Amino acid sequence: MSFYGLVDGSDASLKKYLGNLSGVDQVGADARAAMLATRSIKTTSKRWAIDTAISMVDLTTLEGADTPGKVQALCTKAVRPDPTDSTVPSVGAVCVYNDMVGIARTHLDSIGGQHVGVAAVSTAFPSGRASMPVKIQDTQDAIDAGASEIDMVIDRGAFLSGRYIEVFNEIVAIREICGTKAHLKVIFETGELVTYDNVRKASFLAMAAGADFIKTSTGKVAPAATAPVVLVMLEAVRDFYSMTKVRIGVKPAGGIRNTKDAIKQLVLVNETAGPEWLTPSLFRIGASALLNDLLMQRMKMDDGYYASPQYVTID
Amino acid sequence: MSFEYAPAPESRAVVSIKAKYGHFIGGKFVAGSKHFPTINPATEEVLSHIALAGKAEVDAAVKSARKAYVTTWSKMSGKERGKYLFRIARIMQERAREFAVLETLDNGKPIRESRDVDVPLAAAHFFYHGGWADKLEYAGLGTSPKAHGVAGQIIPWNFPLLMLAWKVAPALAAGNTVVLKPAETTSLTALLFAEVCQQAELPAGVVNIVTGDGSTGALIVNHPGIDKIAFTGSTEVGKIIARAVAPTHKSVTLELGGKAANIVFEDAAIDEAIEGIVNGIFFNQGHVCCAGSRLLLQENIAEEVLEKLKSRMAKIRVGDPMDKNTDLGAINSKEQLHKITELSTVGDSEGGERWSAPCELPSKGFWFAPTIFTGVTQSHRIAREEIFGPVLSVLTFRTPQEAIDKANNTPFGLSAGIWSEKGSKVLWASQQLRAGVIWANTFNKFDPTSPFGGYKESGWGREGGRHGLSAYLKGATHE
Amino acid sequence: MSNRIDVKKTYKLFINGAFPRTESGRTYEIKNAKGIFIANPCLASRKDLKDAVVAARAAQHGWNKATGYNKGQILYRIAEMLEGRRAQFVDEIMSVTGATKAKAEKEVTDSVDRLVWYAGWSDKISSLSGALNPVAGPYYNFTIPESMGVIAAIAPETPSLLGLIDAIAPIIVGGNTVVVLASTKAPLSAMSFAEVIATSDVPAGVINILTGKKDEIAPWMASHMDIDGLDISGLSPKAHGEIKSAGAENLKRIFSFKSADPGRILAYQENKTVWHPIGL
Repeated sequence: MSFYGLVDGSDASLKKYLGNLSGVDQVGADARAAMLATRSIKTTSKRWAIDTAISMVDLTTLEGADTPGKVQALCTKAVRPDPTDSTVPSVGAVCVYNDMVGIARTHLDSIGGQHVGVAAVSTAFPSGRASMPVKIQDTQDAIDAGASEIDMVIDRGAFLSGRYIEVFNEIVAIREICGTKAHLKVIFETGELVTYDNVRKASFLAMAAGADFIKTSTGKVAPAATAPVVLVMLEAVRDFYSMTKVRIGVKPAGGIRNTKDAIKQLVLVNETAGPEWLTPSLFRIGASALLNDLLMQRMKMDDGYYASPQYVTID
Repeated sequence: MSFEYAPAPESRAVVSIKAKYGHFIGGKFVAGSKHFPTINPATEEVLSHIALAGKAEVDAAVKSARKAYVTTWSKMSGKERGKYLFRIARIMQERAREFAVLETLDNGKPIRESRDVDVPLAAAHFFYHGGWADKLEYAGLGTSPKAHGVAGQIIPWNFPLLMLAWKVAPALAAGNTVVLKPAETTSLTALLFAEVCQQAELPAGVVNIVTGDGSTGALIVNHPGIDKIAFTGSTEVGKIIARAVAPTHKSVTLELGGKAANIVFEDAAIDEAIEGIVNGIFFNQGHVCCAGSRLLLQENIAEEVLEKLKSRMAKIRVGDPMDKNTDLGAINSKEQLHKITELSTVGDSEGGERWSAPCELPSKGFWFAPTIFTGVTQSHRIAREEIFGPVLSVLTFRTPQEAIDKANNTPFGLSAGIWSEKGSKVLWASQQLRAGVIWANTFNKFDPTSPFGGYKESGWGREGGRHGLSAYLKGATHE
Repeated sequence: MSNRIDVKKTYKLFINGAFPRTESGRTYEIKNAKGIFIANPCLASRKDLKDAVVAARAAQHGWNKATGYNKGQILYRIAEMLEGRRAQFVDEIMSVTGATKAKAEKEVTDSVDRLVWYAGWSDKISSLSGALNPVAGPYYNFTIPESMGVIAAIAPETPSLLGLIDAIAPIIVGGNTVVVLASTKAPLSAMSFAEVIATSDVPAGVINILTGKKDEIAPWMASHMDIDGLDISGLSPKAHGEIKSAGAENLKRIFSFKSADPGRILAYQENKTVWHPIGL
């Protein structure tokens, strides 16, 4: 593999590549994210943002208690988020555990949801603590079952102990399994990487290794998709684009629960990576509760009065 | 797809502007004799008419301040004085939105800045100094420091309310009474502040506000009934004041101009440095004495930084100051716009390469697009003179010492910026730079606890913190 | 003693660690209290002042960089050297001013002690006058006093030695360099003091001493654009306004003092406030 000509696959070249990255000042990044959070998105732009956000949702259920019934209901909601309003777009994808992929794909296809992807969390999600053959098999299973997107976790232990080449090689190996069948999203679990320097480093590492998307979190660890973390990742994809002319996607996941949060994410995208990233093929939001809040806000904008949760479905 | 932000204007309903204002003397609004219009620089709409104080009004204000000093304020305990400052702080917080809207209408600065920076900081200054009033004996000037008496204070148009707070709060905390003159183009928030003084039941005459132009300022500076002069404004006027008070016993503090270097080293956190550069020169339309108006880039990263800076500048939202999403508002006055335009033309003719962010400027009002000049050297006028607008001169350097030498090669010495992730280099540079405020890996941060003021021709004394307070007290041995 | 002809001293200026004559070639006559000729010290010119400022500017960076401990030891060394030459200074003060022996001895004693007092401030002034400012945000923020640069001083006519030391010591202990105009009527102890300085490890240019006329030199000090501050304690208050006005051209910091205290050191310090974010 060529790795965009940025590294040659050796430990030394990876270290050099990562060593050339500039640092991130936490206070400055926090301040920039906080300033962008003051953007006031009203009327027509709010309406546009809500629909755009809906189309970017990776509607997620990642519970030990997931059943085929639960997943099927989620798929129905994914295709038609508001059964009373056909102008509401479908979400970007559903995101499930590997054993639910086949059920999700079959159900989506059966209700006219061919355009909605199925994302499988993979590589011993959420901890990533398993052997490489297990991680490969995990991924292979998901692809065989029809996953069009693989959300893999990195080995944070390896990353934090400086074994970047191991993290890199794992991503390369999973990338190979995905081939052309599935998009690869690489989850950092930024709450465990802790520093923005690490987030920036992990972003460049994953992008060079072949990630199609970089994703903040599993949703199992807090803090997850904080605005400054997403800012740092958006800066990374922007800089990577200027180096390679390849646009890598970003997926914040975890903690984005209401419309205000979602719109803040879109503002971050718009003013950091740029409007080119404002498409579901380059920006996704991993969420479950968010969708209903987006729908309620949409109703409010259409009807002119505040909505009640009774009028949105709970699936 | 594109994400256009719909207009998000802040409501103007919260303020009511009178057609005409007088002066605030002896706790009352008194009618002025002559008036001049004050306009909204974003629309050129006449907002109101401001009184021009002449000798009689200034005399009355000084007399009222003296009387309040002698009969009330100097006799009151610090504990009680402090409570008035706390009251003022609280009322300013309560009426914060009103102040912010009025400031933006009168000054042209974005509502986001007046709302998030100017007004909260102004209230914080009163709160901070309220706590000093009964602790003056711990301010480092001996056990019984004394107030000067009547302070004459002249403030600029770039941060009208905030500069008022910087001046009035320490003066009152230290036990002085004041005669304050806001800038000619931005008097409205000072007059609203007079209402706050009334609501706080501040004793009559402790704060007097006279409006007017430079002639009113000169009357204050030369008034024999004033003991202490505090001025923020241009170095040119600062020198005139220094000469005027030289034969007198007036104590003086001056916050004057600057031409700050903002130094970006090769090991900087680039994205935050870009934000710091933008904040350094485009905050408040560059109408900031401590603006980072000379960008010094290490040569080996200059190209990368400039590319990023330009793309970041293209995202600056220029326009209606009342829109909550506006980043860069209107230039405060026609005269200032003229000065910026003229100096920029000088930049062109001296061979600087001008680049302005692509943005649509409103047809009415005074506007200037965010602009940088590259290829600038120390010999260019735009690298030496204060432009006081959204215009950045970009220079390069090869070694840290060269950066410092260039940064210090100016008669000014107000502020400087340093961007590096290497701690020892940051401390080294902050030691070498000849400026009163050093922002390392940040820029344009202000706080009531933090002394602010310049070296060399950037002024005399400090404002903020214990050092700023001492300017309003006698106790030191020197005269 | 009786038949021996004294070897009299030629009094020169002290600039950049050397003892040049005035470039102007001028001198003026000093007589003792009984009107008997004592010496012809230099009548310094504005060009001597200019040369002294060049030397002081060149020396300032290095002197400022010296640690407080180091500066303190050098000031203390001056005190040691002065102590060792007490008798000479007592004689000079007596002969020029007609002071009693007791009075002259007291002035020399006070001078030595004053130097020791100032020496001790070198590594304390910033802890007393600096501050850690608790700003409302994630920033480390501190204020420290720093040297102002080149300071000129006009020493009082009397006491000629102690007044000179009060002019010099507070300025240099804070990292500034100084150009001082000594007492016009009693310049001898100033020039002898220069000999003390020359043997006290004080780097060349840190202290420069001129003798001459206040009226002639003070205006040039005030208008000199490479002088950052001015101590006019030795000038008549009537002259202060004019000098302060002339000094406004570069906003020179101009003060006069009545006593020795830390405020005298702080008058020629600039306060620098440094901000830095606190984060990971």
